[in-house]
Amino acid sequence: MATIELRQIRKSFGESEILRGIDLTIRDQELTVFVGPSGCGKSTLLRLIAGLEDSTAGDLLLDGQRINHVNPARRGLALVFQTYALYPHMSVADNMSFNLKLAGVPKEERERKVAEAARILNLEALLQRKPKELSGGQRQRVAIGRAIVRNPKVFLFDEPLSNLDASLRVRMRVELTRLHRQLRATTIYVTHDQVEAMTMADRIVVLQAGSVEQIGTPMELYRQPKNIFVAGFIGSPRMNFLSATLQQNTSSGTMIAFPDGATLHVPLISKSAQAGEKVTLGLRPEHAYLAENSVLAAKVQTVEHLGPESYLHLLSRYGEAMTVRVNGETTTKVDADISVGFDPGSLHLFDKSGLAFESPSMLTTGTGVSN
Amino acid sequence: MTPIELRRKTLFTLLGWAVALLLSFPLLWMVLTSFKSEAAAIARVPHLFFHPTLESFRVVQEQSNYLRFAWNSIVVSLGSTLLALLFAIPSAYTMAFSPTRRTRGTLLWMLSTKMMPSVGVLVPIYLIFRDTGLLDTRTGLLVVDAVGNLPIVIWMLYTFFKEVPREVLEAGRMDGAGPVREIYNLLLPLSLPGIVSTSLLATILAWNEAFWSLTLTAAKAAPLTAFIASFSSPQGLFYAKLSAASTMAIAPILVLGWVSQRQLVRGLTFGAVK
Ligand SMILES: Nc1ncnc2c1ncn2[C@@H]1O[C@H](COP(=O)(O)OP(=O)(O)O)[C@@H](O)[C@H]1O
Ligand SMILES: [Mg+2]
Repeated sequence: MATIELRQIRKSFGESEILRGIDLTIRDQELTVFVGPSGCGKSTLLRLIAGLEDSTAGDLLLDGQRINHVNPARRGLALVFQTYALYPHMSVADNMSFNLKLAGVPKEERERKVAEAARILNLEALLQRKPKELSGGQRQRVAIGRAIVRNPKVFLFDEPLSNLDASLRVRMRVELTRLHRQLRATTIYVTHDQVEAMTMADRIVVLQAGSVEQIGTPMELYRQPKNIFVAGFIGSPRMNFLSATLQQNTSSGTMIAFPDGATLHVPLISKSAQAGEKVTLGLRPEHAYLAENSVLAAKVQTVEHLGPESYLHLLSRYGEAMTVRVNGETTTKVDADISVGFDPGSLHLFDKSGLAFESPSMLTTGTGVSN
Repeated sequence: MTPIELRRKTLFTLLGWAVALLLSFPLLWMVLTSFKSEAAAIARVPHLFFHPTLESFRVVQEQSNYLRFAWNSIVVSLGSTLLALLFAIPSAYTMAFSPTRRTRGTLLWMLSTKMMPSVGVLVPIYLIFRDTGLLDTRTGLLVVDAVGNLPIVIWMLYTFFKEVPREVLEAGRMDGAGPVREIYNLLLPLSLPGIVSTSLLATILAWNEAFWSLTLTAAKAAPLTAFIASFSSPQGLFYAKLSAASTMAIAPILVLGWVSQRQLVRGLTFGAVK
């Protein structure tokens, strides 16, 4: 049982502010993923929670207790490092029981706990090996085992899969999700990979340049990104962005105009955007299709056949790159002139500062998801 | 291997041998001389072939007690190395893993103290030693050697510690290791080769240190450097005996250096060679 709360957490290294006032609640038993481009401060935030860095300002609470100055070992958290950070001179078993040994746990109990963790992680045959005699995936499991043995209140993972090859990464992803379901421990998982975030998270925290951009379940972020950054970051391939001009606000939506004057009614509204303002239209590749006739005419640049599906990379009539997902058996050829169709309900619209327009029903009924 | 590569390699090998021979020639000559008779030692035209004799060694041992000097040397060089490590390990640990803006400057400043001639602090140190009764004691010499080697020892340990991944120590901290455990259970085992080569170098430097042993010790605590010196002035013309004394003085450290060549090279290149 553990919840973590961050209140206005700030961190500076010298002159540069790396975390700029983070407010966040990590809920009990949930797997929360911190995701964001590399260098945005994810590791710093995690290390700060772990106690390896001091915050410059703000409060860090564990189950309601302020733990800003509590020694890392006393916080009852376990951190799995990106580089695994195993003790190279100790056997797998010693790596896993080092913590218990320091805590003065008797030998039999240490061995029992190590055996238990080894069973969960399928490491039984490797207990006497040294880390350098293990493969990347095995080292990863030892690092996780070292965390499990401590029976921590919260598991912290810093990009644990980024040093593994692609197929192993997918397998470990599934294994970690299973492990989390099995242990039901509060977990924070840091990654720059939005696919990992989408597939593993109960709740995602999107970070950029030291600030929280949005918090929500994977599908909330996918369906209702709060701003253009989140919209572009979540989802693969990336959302298409087309620039347009706001022509008129209506009660049911917004009329926008493309550079050549063609207009489109988008069923989303904004309280602040004014007529004449530059806006950005967003359309996910998987929500677009080939149509007979639409405002979005384009020329095919390349065709990517993935088997079950294909991606058409297009250059729109307005000179902007677009991607559309189509049937895997598509016969569309390079240089073909096509027209992109879409359901207006799947469109996204962002004002000049990048803030998302909202659905009119959500504004009136007030059931919108917000954080 | 292409002919050009082969020629290059041969050339470098020859050059290497030539330099090595040139550098070690005086040493070689000294050892040869120590086995000659006094007459052969001072011959105008050096004798390449001579009857080796242990005469000089016998005389040297008779005139002064070699073992007592050797024991002083061993105690002082090993003791000063241990003492230096005791202070250097925590300092290097702090500087390597919790650096501040001034760490770099501190390191350079420490090293710069080695550029000061020892004689510059002779008077204060002599007075301190006189007042604290440390003159002509092994403890006194040991402390001075330790302090003198401290900058180099810290600097070397610092570069070796820098190679230890900080995450491993942080993992230890998460596991509940305090600074002492972190150093003892993780840092020291992980940088053991570096610590060994640093200790070797510090031992050799202390063994060869002459200035302080000549000025601060006399009959009781004099190490082997003083033993050689005692043969240089009154019997300066007895080359064979002087050579025998010198050979006896450097033999232990030469053997130590020989068996630990690898570690030494690694140490002297300050961790640049892996
Ligand atoms: N100890 C440090 N000293 C100075 N700058 C640091 C330190 N640690 C991290 N930074 C800086 O903080 C920023 C965020 O780093 P990090 O949290 O590692 O990002 P992420 O994990 O999201 O890739 C980076 O610009 C990095 O250079
Ligand atoms: Mg990181």
